[in-house]
Amino acid sequence: MSAPPAGVAQLIDRMRAARAHGTALQIVGGGTKVFYGEAPRGEPLPMRDLAGITSYEPSELVVTARAGTPLAELESELAAKGQCLPFEPPRFAAGGTVGGMVASGLAGPSRAAVGALRDYVLGLTLLDGRGELLTFGGQVMKNVAGYDVSRLIAGSWGVLGVICEVSLKVLGSSVETATLEYEWDEPRALQELARWRAQPVPLQASAWYEGRLRIRLAGSRAAVREARARLGGTATNPEAALTFWESVRDQRHGYFAPATDEPGEGIALWRLSVPPTVKPLSLAGRQFIEWGGAQRWWRTSAPAAEVRAAAASAGGHATLVRAADKSVGAFAPLSGELMRIHRALKTAFDPERILNPGRLYADL
Amino acid sequence: MKFPTNPMNSRAQDPHDPDPHRRAPRVDSAGFAARRSEVYAALVEVLPADALLTGRERTQPYECDGLTAFRALPMIVALPATEAQLAATLRTCHRLRVPVVARGAGTGLSGGALPHRWGVTISLARFNKILSVDPLSCTAEVQCGVRNLAISEAAAPFGLYYAPDPSSQIACTIGGNVAENSGGVHCLKYGLTLHNVLRVRGLTAAGEPVEFGSEALDVPGLDLLAIVIGSEGMLAVTTEVTVKLVPRPELARCMLASFATVEAAGAAVANVIAQGIIPAGLELMDRRMTEVAENFVHAGYDLSAAAILLCESDGAPEEVEEEIEAMRRVLTESGATRIEVSRDEAQRLKFWSGRKNAFPASGGISPDYMCMDSTIPRRKLAEMLLAIEGMEVKYGLRCVNVFHAGDGNLHPLILFDANDPDQFRRCELFGAEILEASLKVGGTVTGEHGVGVEKLNSMCVQFSPAERDRFLAVKRAFDAEELLNPGKVIPTLQRCAEYGKMHVRRGLMPFPDLPRF
Repeated sequence: MSAPPAGVAQLIDRMRAARAHGTALQIVGGGTKVFYGEAPRGEPLPMRDLAGITSYEPSELVVTARAGTPLAELESELAAKGQCLPFEPPRFAAGGTVGGMVASGLAGPSRAAVGALRDYVLGLTLLDGRGELLTFGGQVMKNVAGYDVSRLIAGSWGVLGVICEVSLKVLGSSVETATLEYEWDEPRALQELARWRAQPVPLQASAWYEGRLRIRLAGSRAAVREARARLGGTATNPEAALTFWESVRDQRHGYFAPATDEPGEGIALWRLSVPPTVKPLSLAGRQFIEWGGAQRWWRTSAPAAEVRAAAASAGGHATLVRAADKSVGAFAPLSGELMRIHRALKTAFDPERILNPGRLYADL
Repeated sequence: MKFPTNPMNSRAQDPHDPDPHRRAPRVDSAGFAARRSEVYAALVEVLPADALLTGRERTQPYECDGLTAFRALPMIVALPATEAQLAATLRTCHRLRVPVVARGAGTGLSGGALPHRWGVTISLARFNKILSVDPLSCTAEVQCGVRNLAISEAAAPFGLYYAPDPSSQIACTIGGNVAENSGGVHCLKYGLTLHNVLRVRGLTAAGEPVEFGSEALDVPGLDLLAIVIGSEGMLAVTTEVTVKLVPRPELARCMLASFATVEAAGAAVANVIAQGIIPAGLELMDRRMTEVAENFVHAGYDLSAAAILLCESDGAPEEVEEEIEAMRRVLTESGATRIEVSRDEAQRLKFWSGRKNAFPASGGISPDYMCMDSTIPRRKLAEMLLAIEGMEVKYGLRCVNVFHAGDGNLHPLILFDANDPDQFRRCELFGAEILEASLKVGGTVTGEHGVGVEKLNSMCVQFSPAERDRFLAVKRAFDAEELLNPGKVIPTLQRCAEYGKMHVRRGLMPFPDLPRF
């Protein structure tokens, strides 16, 4: 492996050489999400040295950072100004980078209330598979000049280009939060979540697990105070609540990190993304529900076809997140027309298929 | 017969014909008539005859959208009523290689629905049904031709509404909103169309049904919904949209704040946001705009102020009180000379009426106006206003200013008389200079109105040849034959070369260690 690139110019040289030789490259940030999706292939292209926050204007609600910037550094800079990434990107482990966060497009407990990572991407600079540096979007809140390529790149797992720098919208952290608990079974929890969804309550996150629903309220003092009075439940003490939501966000909660090595026993972790109002799914195994019912995790040994069929018939899809064997494909297969568009986009940005080949789908 | 030429290389049909007063020339050539007959004969096989319009008289209502300076008569107008008819229309056009322009209410401001002289304009007016409103999932499924405001009206019995509220919301359709990624005065807090649409069903140029997004919060693979929204009808024809509905806040109050200078008003906007307050709306009008709006609707604006801000707070009553007091404090500290808070809903709506009628009101004081739409960093607002004042002198034209200040989205309205060719020319130069000044301070040439045909030249300045090439490649990934709305949004290399003068491209996110361009 060659020396890590010190800057973009070196990245461009590396990309052009790889293109000329047809060398596959795997884009490497902090390596915290290697387990997610299909297995990375190709020569490592380390991004850690392309680091640093290049501009941060708290009053503009915009931060621009290079891809290799540690996510922890970005979050602590924002916190120092009372701001945050509202979508709570999961960290899984220490060492993740801003580029990896954007490339995976994942969001944490607050997703249903505040939107996805892509909703906060304002613009980015991309080095595509043709070895050209491209800037899409910008640093302003509203921008409809040309197609919104920067948001297409969010969650694209590096198959279209190497993110070099990204501008994100940030928000002030909530003034007040409160966590409430309810001893409710799954149908009751889903029903109450649906009822609250249609009311103006500052419900920012929810998690149901083993007969207990927890919700997090967040907003102004007045709004949280009023909602607490209205929603009842048992208040969790703030420290325990913080620990709990962080453990859900980063999947360190006992549900996600069992003491025994389940994958060896044929049990896999699935993520089912479904319309929130879908009635309880009946798979064999244990479930953890987030996002007001829209994200349902399953630890199950049910065959992939059964899990995917359950998700599809509910109007959603299933991702095989952790498993000893992912030969069924980590991500749900696409319809013919959508796959055709995916292939054409891949060809547009990376005609030689050198960037993260197979990371999203085998033939991308 | 084969399609005569690549339509966009033909000067005669270039929608950016330098003569703005040109009506679509009467095309009497035998070639055109034969082509029209051929296409008509094929379409009448798949559509009822009353769903097809030809001839100047019947197609003239479709000759332009809200950007009336650009007009062209479509060869044929098709009005399909079902997805099957629409698919058959698209398949037919695809087979015959006929350009297709999809059209909603025609309220767009950048010429995105400008017809193609050799093309079929497909009016989606008949796709006007609200298919379902689901108060449990807080979603509505509607056909593309449903009006923006009609969605909120249908959701109202459930205490829900659709948040994006472009000023044209009485008339504009959700399909058009998807095409343009429309905003509105409340998008600072509630987001753009992108943030409020879950699913778009549509047809590709080849007539293939396709769905982007879903009622779940994400889909496997690339986020194509994110690129389809705001694609100005270039990637697919939208037929159905699932939108997110949000609970109507219990209370909303609007604050009017007066400032002695535009700079102070601009600084106040940045100060509000810096305090961590995200108002439901934060709009700025300069004195001239205020006068024009006040004469039009009598909203009770302070005519002695150099600029006024409209700041809205919504939520639970206690929350609104808290936020109004916080905003009052920041605005006072920022030098507000007068502050008035709406007493009740009637007064709140009155405060907004002037802002929402800014464009029509401007129509009352000038024969024509051109509305610009750039977005800049908020901290540059005052600087930009001063620059625009200088341009008024330079081009000898007046400009009134109304901004979505919270978003940094400017809407300078340049006043001119289209009957005077020199005024139009100066107006175009004035507009181009505003856009280029916006780029220089780190902004973009269009915040919410889209590129259409109007800002094609400015796209040459904002994007490099490689970036424009990728845009074209994205288009071809969806529409290999380039038949959907051809010639809009992405300028060709040739066009940019003609636009000429050597622009130094601003690095949006410059790498100091990198030699660029």
